[in-house]
Amino acid sequence: MREEWKGFVGGKWERTVDVREFIQKNYTPYEGDSSFLEGPTEATNKLWAQVMELTKQEREAGGVLDMDTKVVSTITSHGAGYLNKDLEKIVGFQTDKPFKRSMQPYGGIRMAMKACSDNGYEVDPEIVEFFTTHRKTHNAGVFDAYTQEMRVARTNHIITGLPDAYGRGRIIGDYRRVALYGVDALIADKEVQKDICGTGTMLPDVIRNREEISEQIRALKELKKLANIYGCDVSKPAVTFQEAVQATYFGYLAAVKEQNGAAMSLGRTSTFLDIYAERDLKEGRATEKDLQEIIDHFVMKLRCVKFARTPEYNQIFAGDPVWVTESLGGMGTDGRTMVTKNSFRFLNTLVNLGAAPEPNMTVLWSTRLPEGWKRFCAEISIKTSSVQYENDDLMRNDHGDDYGIACCVSSMVIGKEMQFFGARANLAKCLLYAINGGIDEKTRVQVGPKYRPITSEYLDYDEVMEKFNDMMKWQAALYVNTLNIIHYMHDKYCYERLQMALHDRVVKRYFATGIAGLSIVADSLSAMKYAKVKVIRDETGLAVDYEIEGDFPKYGNNDDRVDLIAADIVTTFMNYVRSNYVYRDGVPTTSILTITSNVTYGKATGNTPDGRRAGQPFAPGANPLHGRDTHGAAASLASVAKIPFKDAQDGISNTFSIIPGALGKDDKVFAGDLDIDLTK
Amino acid sequence: MIGHIHSTESFGTVDGPGIRFVVFFQGCPMRCQYCHNPDTWELGVGMEKTADELLAEYDSLKDYYKNGGITATGGEPMMQMDFLTELFEKAHEKGIHTCLDTSGIVFNASSTEFLKKLDRLLAVTDLIMLDIKEIDPDRHLELCAQPNSGILAFAEYLSDKQIPVWIRHVIVPGFTTDEGEQKRLGEFLAKLHNIKALDVLPYHTMGEVKYEKLGIPYPLKGIPAVNADVAVKARETILKAWKSKKAELNGN
Repeated sequence: MREEWKGFVGGKWERTVDVREFIQKNYTPYEGDSSFLEGPTEATNKLWAQVMELTKQEREAGGVLDMDTKVVSTITSHGAGYLNKDLEKIVGFQTDKPFKRSMQPYGGIRMAMKACSDNGYEVDPEIVEFFTTHRKTHNAGVFDAYTQEMRVARTNHIITGLPDAYGRGRIIGDYRRVALYGVDALIADKEVQKDICGTGTMLPDVIRNREEISEQIRALKELKKLANIYGCDVSKPAVTFQEAVQATYFGYLAAVKEQNGAAMSLGRTSTFLDIYAERDLKEGRATEKDLQEIIDHFVMKLRCVKFARTPEYNQIFAGDPVWVTESLGGMGTDGRTMVTKNSFRFLNTLVNLGAAPEPNMTVLWSTRLPEGWKRFCAEISIKTSSVQYENDDLMRNDHGDDYGIACCVSSMVIGKEMQFFGARANLAKCLLYAINGGIDEKTRVQVGPKYRPITSEYLDYDEVMEKFNDMMKWQAALYVNTLNIIHYMHDKYCYERLQMALHDRVVKRYFATGIAGLSIVADSLSAMKYAKVKVIRDETGLAVDYEIEGDFPKYGNNDDRVDLIAADIVTTFMNYVRSNYVYRDGVPTTSILTITSNVTYGKATGNTPDGRRAGQPFAPGANPLHGRDTHGAAASLASVAKIPFKDAQDGISNTFSIIPGALGKDDKVFAGDLDIDLTK
Repeated sequence: MIGHIHSTESFGTVDGPGIRFVVFFQGCPMRCQYCHNPDTWELGVGMEKTADELLAEYDSLKDYYKNGGITATGGEPMMQMDFLTELFEKAHEKGIHTCLDTSGIVFNASSTEFLKKLDRLLAVTDLIMLDIKEIDPDRHLELCAQPNSGILAFAEYLSDKQIPVWIRHVIVPGFTTDEGEQKRLGEFLAKLHNIKALDVLPYHTMGEVKYEKLGIPYPLKGIPAVNADVAVKARETILKAWKSKKAELNGN
């Protein structure tokens, strides 16, 4: 066994890259409570005060403090940047100073320019010239290949939010590999992979694979240089907890220096890192205070990840999120909990540094999680409102116990699966196209195929359903083909070489699509079926509004009559997606999770037959439309729970807000201290 | 049998232990000035439901109610005594925890027929949430348009029967804010042997909008909501009186 691994239980993981086996053989499940945790150190407080001050300055400056306009960001493009070199236990910024946003033109030079100009900066003309004339970008590639139909569909928002001008993200590198194996071993492994790739015929796929692996090796070499810039060495395996956290962070940092993706998630690092923490504790190399300080500093760095983005982008994503999602806890497939003390330390940063949306702390929830952890999660949720929960019992069936969440809900096995992010199809608009024969209700442009419109005074459920199916079929085909172009070009001009270097050679690629407007479609169809919907047409015969006569079951009330319509629509749409060719042997999935862009989509969509007015926001994700669920939360959740996960494997989200008082009694007002008297 | 139901709530968290399926019964003889459900007053209207229909709704959501159960509230559920009993009997057959939220106003000790029915209901009732609006008889009449003698007798009856009870009491300005009265309530409760919890709530004005919608003048118009700390203090006062009375009764 290698010297650096002394004290670990060996296994297959020593000889092949297998982080999961290393974790399973070495981690210590923790079933206790949070009493062992430590508060922030003086250094942590000082550094965090600095970050808060910079945040204040950034806000006062209108949202951006500084932007790079001259240096194209690469893994090694910048010198070292610090808050306070002497105090930082974990080092590294995207540029040479904190809060300075890097320039990343490979996704699209126009987007990079706009991100600067909207914030009062100007990209160096030489760089603009270079990326306009000499080096093509992802965005330019996509628009070279788009058909006229795709362009029109895009501008009419029937397919929308597409990653054709920005980085697609949603790929999680297995950053833990940097710590466990050291980069030299990973390079050696990739060299072997390259050797065995293409011993036969040089088909285009083989050529692309060989070129990509070469790029991956180059990126790994640059990763070593990045560590050197900060006076560190990641060529060999990490020894201490601090080294392991630092190496994991360098892996992640290299990724965000190269990619401004729509979600740049961290993965599932805490339990892995705990193995190093336990070893340090056992060998007397660190105290609990030291360990918490390192995690606090790590999280502080994750909170400082920033990208140059445009106001339009921020509108789609409701702010400027990075989605540094870290998946915590969960249960192992062998029945042991994956919760460790380090899971607690991660959540404890929300206390030590205060509440924050990033990193997106995601608790993989199982009914079988240890009580102490459940209580701590609840306590931190109440204190900070900063914890996300996802159903481990559901996802473990498909992904085992070493998956992580990219963005908000996309699950993937770390280092073995990745996703092609695909934004959304606007199903509510598709329904209107079915009624209007492909003409957009807002722009009056013939966007979809010129199918016969519905001409009757009242909408007939069966007739609409038939036409809606045809229109969905068209929409799904166009959507998948548009995404095929996008991902082809992203791979070609903006390849995630560092992140993919931290994956296996053979990767399962989820080809993600998404749905917006599900509850509107379900309610509209329910209105047609159970009430009467009268069409109001303008002088050109275009259906522009609807009058509903009578009442109808609404999605969100645990009523099968409409809930099953919603479930069927998801299955139908997913099957249409599946029936198309998808790029790179992708496994098609869909999601119902527009938790931020539902407002934007609503603006682009006219009156709908469920009574929703033009411009009104869609419900977020798979939620019922606002105010339509009248039977309380459990009934509302039960409706959402009927959506089949197998047909929406990229995730189903339900946004649930509740005032604390409605979650139970405040124990100050209500407590059982009368029981004392009962014995008398 | 058909019950007249105002509505159901699938996620009740303040109407008994755990998460509960709450059935709001239609119809109530009380006219409490601060009532926040005036839309449940009228008798014989609302949705017509059978016990089986309600329990089918419960069943479709039962995963949420593992530590909860079903709560009948309203309105005054005991106004539909037979239907309520059928609902609870059927619920009990399924092993569902039953909770009755009542004002006790329909209690009639002089009717043996009523008591027979009541005993049948109590046999399938796991918990009663009893609202004591006012301990003072005159002010009770003023506040609720009904006397409280039957309500207090009902409380004593439940104590004799050892039915677990949670007491609820709302602090309403001008009525129950009086400290002497809070003490009297505490002393009354000390005589009971079945009280598991005491919930003292501050008056809120959230019901007012319903009165506007229904076109009923709001009796407490202009009276501000009560702060939570006032309720906490009132609860302490009630408990203190309770404890000293209890000590006295126990001969300490």
